Amino acid sequence: MSGVVLATVSGLVAQTSGGSNPSGCAIGKAGDSVSGLCRAANSLHISVAYSAILPVLILSIGGLVLLAVSAVLPKRIYPGLYPVLSTVVGGVSLVASVWQWYNVPGHGQGMVEIGGQIFFDHFAVLFAILVSVAVILSSIASDSYLRREGLDGVEAYVLILMSGTGAVLMAESASLISLFLGLEIMSIALYVMAAYHRRRAESGEAGLKYFLLGSFSSAIFLYGIALVYGATGSTELVLIANHLATNVLSNGGVLLAGMALLIVGLGFKVAAVPFHLWTPDVYQGSPTPFTGYMAAVAKAAGFAGLLRVLDQGLLTQQTDWRPVIWVITVLTLVIGSVLAIASRDLKRMLAYSSVSQAGYVLVGVQAATGTGKSAALFYLFTYTFIVIGSFAVVDAIQGQGESRSTIWAVRGLSRRQPLLAAAMLVLLLAQAGVPFTSGFLGKFYVIQAAVGQGQYYLAVIAMLTAAVAAFFYLRVALLMYSSGVPAVAATTPPAPEPSGSTGDLPYGDAGEPTDVGVPAERVGAASAMTTTGLAAGAVPSEGGLATPARAGGASALDVEAEEDVFAAGLAPVPGLDPETADRASALDAAAGDPPYVSSTNAMVIFISVAFTIAAGVSSFAVDFAKAATTLF
Amino acid sequence: MLAALLADSSGQALAHASAWAVFAVGAAMILTGALGVVLLRNPVHCALMLVITLFGIALEFIDQSADFLAAVQIIVYAGAVVILFLFVIMFLGVDRKEAISAEPTRFQRPLAVLLGVVALVEILALSRIDHWSAGTPSQSGALSGPGSNVQKLGQAIYTGYLLPFEMTAALLVIAVVAAVVLSRRHQPSASEMSELDQEELLSARRFTPPDQGDQS
Amino acid sequence: MGSDPLFANGLNLAVWLILLGKVLVIFLIVLLSVLFMVMYERKAVAYLGVRYGPNRAGPKGWLQSLADGTKLLFKEAFTPRNADKAVYKAAPYLMLVPIMVAFSIVPIGGRITIAHHTTELQLADPQWGILFLLMTSGLAVYGVILAGWASGSKYPLLGSVRASAQMVSYEAVLGLTTATVVLVTGSLSTSTIVAAQSGHWSFVHWNLIHTAVIPFILFSIAITAEMTRAPFDLVEAEEELSGGYNLEYSSIDFAWFYLAEYAALVTNSAIIVTLWFGGPNGPTIDGHSVGPLWFTVKVLVVLYIFVWIRATLPRFRYDQLMDLGWKRLIPASLIMLMVVAGFQATSTSGGNGAGHWLAQREWGLAAVGGAFVLGALLWRAIDVGRQASEVEEARESRLSLERES
Repeated sequence: MSGVVLATVSGLVAQTSGGSNPSGCAIGKAGDSVSGLCRAANSLHISVAYSAILPVLILSIGGLVLLAVSAVLPKRIYPGLYPVLSTVVGGVSLVASVWQWYNVPGHGQGMVEIGGQIFFDHFAVLFAILVSVAVILSSIASDSYLRREGLDGVEAYVLILMSGTGAVLMAESASLISLFLGLEIMSIALYVMAAYHRRRAESGEAGLKYFLLGSFSSAIFLYGIALVYGATGSTELVLIANHLATNVLSNGGVLLAGMALLIVGLGFKVAAVPFHLWTPDVYQGSPTPFTGYMAAVAKAAGFAGLLRVLDQGLLTQQTDWRPVIWVITVLTLVIGSVLAIASRDLKRMLAYSSVSQAGYVLVGVQAATGTGKSAALFYLFTYTFIVIGSFAVVDAIQGQGESRSTIWAVRGLSRRQPLLAAAMLVLLLAQAGVPFTSGFLGKFYVIQAAVGQGQYYLAVIAMLTAAVAAFFYLRVALLMYSSGVPAVAATTPPAPEPSGSTGDLPYGDAGEPTDVGVPAERVGAASAMTTTGLAAGAVPSEGGLATPARAGGASALDVEAEEDVFAAGLAPVPGLDPETADRASALDAAAGDPPYVSSTNAMVIFISVAFTIAAGVSSFAVDFAKAATTLF
Repeated sequence: MLAALLADSSGQALAHASAWAVFAVGAAMILTGALGVVLLRNPVHCALMLVITLFGIALEFIDQSADFLAAVQIIVYAGAVVILFLFVIMFLGVDRKEAISAEPTRFQRPLAVLLGVVALVEILALSRIDHWSAGTPSQSGALSGPGSNVQKLGQAIYTGYLLPFEMTAALLVIAVVAAVVLSRRHQPSASEMSELDQEELLSARRFTPPDQGDQS
Repeated sequence: MGSDPLFANGLNLAVWLILLGKVLVIFLIVLLSVLFMVMYERKAVAYLGVRYGPNRAGPKGWLQSLADGTKLLFKEAFTPRNADKAVYKAAPYLMLVPIMVAFSIVPIGGRITIAHHTTELQLADPQWGILFLLMTSGLAVYGVILAGWASGSKYPLLGSVRASAQMVSYEAVLGLTTATVVLVTGSLSTSTIVAAQSGHWSFVHWNLIHTAVIPFILFSIAITAEMTRAPFDLVEAEEELSGGYNLEYSSIDFAWFYLAEYAALVTNSAIIVTLWFGGPNGPTIDGHSVGPLWFTVKVLVVLYIFVWIRATLPRFRYDQLMDLGWKRLIPASLIMLMVVAGFQATSTSGGNGAGHWLAQREWGLAAVGGAFVLGALLWRAIDVGRQASEVEEARESRLSLERES
């Protein structure tokens, strides 16, 4: 914080001590001429268009305010204060972004502001809105999780806000330098969010893996920037495009190498396929609400960067990069879907699903047209709601310590929690791309963009993989609506887990005692379970969704049963005979307590589902989508 | 050669020779250091070799009249980063010879060699290109003209790169928060402790000799 | 190489030779001043302790340090069996070299002419002199940390870890306070900093006044800690570490450490004089500018203050040292940097030394400085009071608990 102030004051000194050039340095989008640059060393004045970076300012200052507030207030006096503050900051940022939407300069064409570092156009503003929404939803969704796990504190919300800052900066950036800074701000916050659960080994592992691989990808990205700078003489996208448009490269090797490295660096962030290897582990290990946030924001910001670099900086080189993106797209679509089928863990499955969703966005990117870009934006916008909602549902299903995370945990969910199951159903169908959901429109528009460019093979592949992907979404849906009685489970044992596959990690701390200062009612009914298949609904329901299907019943604590149930969360343990394994799975499916849905989680799920359906069926959303596809 | 240098009154040859010598020394330092980092077995020696590389790079920066970068290179990397490396090495007690004969993955080493060779070939190929594009670079000669290197850098930072500079502050803030989140151990706060525990903690923190307490 | 007229006609052999001569002179100045400094300190400490001090070797004992040095040279150079030989031998030089090099940017005053070549009495005047200074102070850590590690025994290692943590911690303060000088002067070059402090009634133009004294005090504390001198000399705390990082060293190797310690004292005093006390600026005598004289006098005064502090203050405890550095000095120096920057940005006189010496800014800075000191005192008072009441409360509640049980 002091650094910011210091920089401001020093900037003031630099401004006042030298001559001033009041003309400012707005550059037209076409980047009129090199002499118009305010980079010239003799100009000591720079006009800062604060309106262009309003969401960045609000989110970052909001994060700092949260820190300051937490330092002043006594600890744990207002446990609900921070999520509320964080939501408010996100809301203010949302309002500011909407204001920006109607005040884009240059007659809606956008301008380059602040020394050629920032674009102020509809593209940037749309992402600002998207990130603000994600910040709001995640701040709400994180609250119950963090309190349940005894992790509540201000840091989580500061991290959310700061990573949002980075994401918006990436989308706004008009130079590779700001793009890199945005990438780093977002990523560092996300690394820590992945490792946020201090007592879960998987969380630490996720953070470490994400950090190591992410740092590599950042370094690769930086190297790409250096090479592109070497080849074109600038880091500003407008100037790069200008240079490439007016000059003939006598040797394209350096630019090609730089471009490849940029694609690798951003491909890592969006989890496109040769660079997706971190995704399952990180998504699985991270705290569930943060996973949703990560999936929404990191992907959106990564694609924003990708679109900025490829569509704005290197558009003249599209004959070079489009084949590369084509291959990446196909790989992402196919491998994402296939691996998702093989995974048995809910979060892991959603991780692979997010990989395959990245493939559809890449279809839009690959089209390299305004239509493709807009379709990609629409896809990302709808996916934000879907993925945050999905992970909120998963959070509710998992319960204390993320102990129930296999896809078998949703068995019989429709009876225990019909509303939750219905919400999950909608979100899954939307991801599968079923009509009357926003997911369908998203897929429709990206494929339309591909067809518009004559990319029929790509369109066919995308549609086929959508069919493949439907399998694993519908499998979960069927499990939710199948019977949860042990006898049935015994006759239809779940598919045995092939050992060493991309399955579950054994949850060593699944049976962790609830000792961390969490209020008893928040612990939920983790220990209220019986061997007879009667679920005990000892939870006071706060939200509309939290209506236990079968309330009442004994809540006696049967130690043996509890052990069995927790064993069911594991992959079949060597030495555990098949009969026991079956019984354990059956117990897991049937005897699990009804998921505890906090009111905040319910709100997030409701908003997500409402948007997903509304954007799929009502005319406004179709209009919006059509507007979005013609905006750019 | 000495005679030639003496005869040359304008000093051009000498200046050129000394600039070349600086480059040669810097390059030799970089290479020696880099090889040392890879080949030496003792982590402390590796860290020291890294310092030599950093010094070489600083020398090359000076040769390019990028004085500020050279100074920052030494202050930040040699003066702080490697010191922290040494700290970690000493505290973790890994300052003895490293056992790197055991390979965690089977084909790791040949693969690394292969990739290294590929990277080397690529870099050599790229370095042979001396004209990367036709036309004039858009930022040619930005560093020529009056004023010191540091001054120009400062002006660039506070004008064209103002926003990235400010955003770097945000990056540092988030790094600090991240470090605190990851390194902090969970301690019960005062409201979670019993009164007796609080008393104990307080009296342990503020040590008062027993006789002093009696006197007052 | 800055404004030195030596390089006006390019680089030829004569210039090279003059440069070489200057290098030698600087080297000798540092070495000889160490010999003097050891005695100066012993004499001064003796005076402050009402003792005689060394009085045998040479006239009034002034050759004592030479005798000590000679004795050290003839001792056996011992290398422990567990030592990392190469690093063990290199560490003393790693400590000495940065300190020696730091002296090269100190302007001693005036110009001289040798064989038709006029040159500054300063070895090098890079545009980024202050950064060079920070660089050398950052590198001095290596000697300490490696000496401790390479000795292959526990006490030196502990001492070196202590020392390096201390030095790294206080470097931030050093940088921030130096930044105030840079801010006021508008240059990183030492010769420009000295030139900016010149003028009629020289001392009013000193940076000491221009930055409202507080940064100088912070700087002095930080540089004392940086040198690991008393009262921050717990690096070699005899009671705990039996000598610290150089415990295993003997003979010439130990002599280098000793030399480096005192060379650091001299160099840093010279730097303090340069940054805060106008360097060689001072009144002329008979119309002759006597920069080196004033420079020497000022350095001697600063050196005496260091000795005085050593003779007066008891040693800090380690946690107190860290608390002081991180919780007091860094915030304080940050605040002062902001204050100076604020006045610099708003002052009407603009540059340095322009306008009447009682210009608005000086008064403002004085007010800030006064408020600063008062605030610090108040803070301390509140802290002491709170601690006392906390102790009292804890005692009472403990007593009541005992009574209950």
